[in-house]
Amino acid sequence: MTMAATFLAAEGESPLIPHAYELVVGSFAFLVVFLVVGKILTPRIQKTLAERTEAIEGGIKKAEDAQAEAQRTLEQYRAQLAEARQEAARLREEAREQGAQIKAELREEAQAEARRIIEAAHAQIEADRQQALNQLRGEIGRLSTELASRIVGESLEDEVRQRRIVDRFLEELEGRPEAVR
Amino acid sequence: MTPLMLVADDFTAPGPSIFDFPPLYEGAPYWLTKPVLMALFGALVVCAVAWSAFANPKLVPRGMQNVGEMGYQFVRDQVARPFLGKDAERWMPLLLSLFFLILLWNFFGVVPLIQIPVASHIAFPVVFAVVIYVIKVYLGIKHQGLGGYFKNMMFPPGLPKPIYVLLAPIEFLSNLIIAPFTHAVRLFANMFAGHLILAFFSMVGFWFLFEKLTPLGAGLGVLGVIMTIAMTGFEMFIQFLQAFLFTMLAAMYIGGSLHPDH
Repeated sequence: MTMAATFLAAEGESPLIPHAYELVVGSFAFLVVFLVVGKILTPRIQKTLAERTEAIEGGIKKAEDAQAEAQRTLEQYRAQLAEARQEAARLREEAREQGAQIKAELREEAQAEARRIIEAAHAQIEADRQQALNQLRGEIGRLSTELASRIVGESLEDEVRQRRIVDRFLEELEGRPEAVR
Repeated sequence: MTPLMLVADDFTAPGPSIFDFPPLYEGAPYWLTKPVLMALFGALVVCAVAWSAFANPKLVPRGMQNVGEMGYQFVRDQVARPFLGKDAERWMPLLLSLFFLILLWNFFGVVPLIQIPVASHIAFPVVFAVVIYVIKVYLGIKHQGLGGYFKNMMFPPGLPKPIYVLLAPIEFLSNLIIAPFTHAVRLFANMFAGHLILAFFSMVGFWFLFEKLTPLGAGLGVLGVIMTIAMTGFEMFIQFLQAFLFTMLAAMYIGGSLHPDH
């Protein structure tokens, strides 16, 4: 360095020796720039950059909150929907059960009714039959008594007469339709 | 230089004297030279541009604020945060002022009519380096204690004892004497050499195409012009790189004093 300095000094003033007035001017210039750019302006831009970061982060936070809220609402709706579906399924099942029960009850009722009607009919038939039988029995008794008295009252030696009596009896029978039926 | 002198015997390559400026006008004070004027002008421009960008910052940036924020975020993300971590915001005023001012002063080297990188006068880098040096030492002693600062600097733990005989003086020298010196000289020398190179090639172009136009020298003159254009592009890259590097080293020194372990 000394060699270079001497070499350069040979052609004039050494460029490695600072001029005193340039030191003063340089210090002054740097001080001015430091005060204006460093002390006044840099804090301003730092503040703005910090605010911008905050604004962006705030925006992101807001969006995240909104998304979370939407997610929560969606979950809520889904839960409600699932609940409603379950409720509907339960109601449907209940209705089906009730329907089946009603159908079974109705069928039973109808069968009971049918049975009752059939039984009533049977009873009626039985009663009619009994009545007819009773009537018939009375008629037959009366007819038999009549026939017997006729047979006993007439002379029975004559075969022709006998036949005549019988025929007459039969003819009389035919003449009385209510007795036959 | 010798082959050039054979072609045209009175061609002289520009030397360090091109960095010597007389007072701006007859009767001006001796200190009012072009570099001084440009240093002040540069400081004014930095303030004006920064004012137009950051004076009334909006949440949604527009126009100059976009440009300014790009610069701010570059310094914050590439310089401050890697070396200062959570202290980055606190040191941004210093680092941002440093970066903007050095960058513009360097850039003056390729601005037509100005064409002088302010940092090619070593006094200007020295001012920055001294400021950073004072902050570095002050913070180191404040955060690590007077003994702790020198102990952390000269006796990093985990080395065999005899090594310290060698290491301690080297670390002392490199941290307290060489580092601030190279910090200033790196910026100065790059700007100095860059300006010299540009001056040389443009001088070649001007000399062989205008002053002494000869069939033999014309090719050389064209080469000089082409090289001037190419080196101007390269120089812009170097100007940016040196401003970045100077600010990065500043952040590194400050960070090292705040957190000796890293």
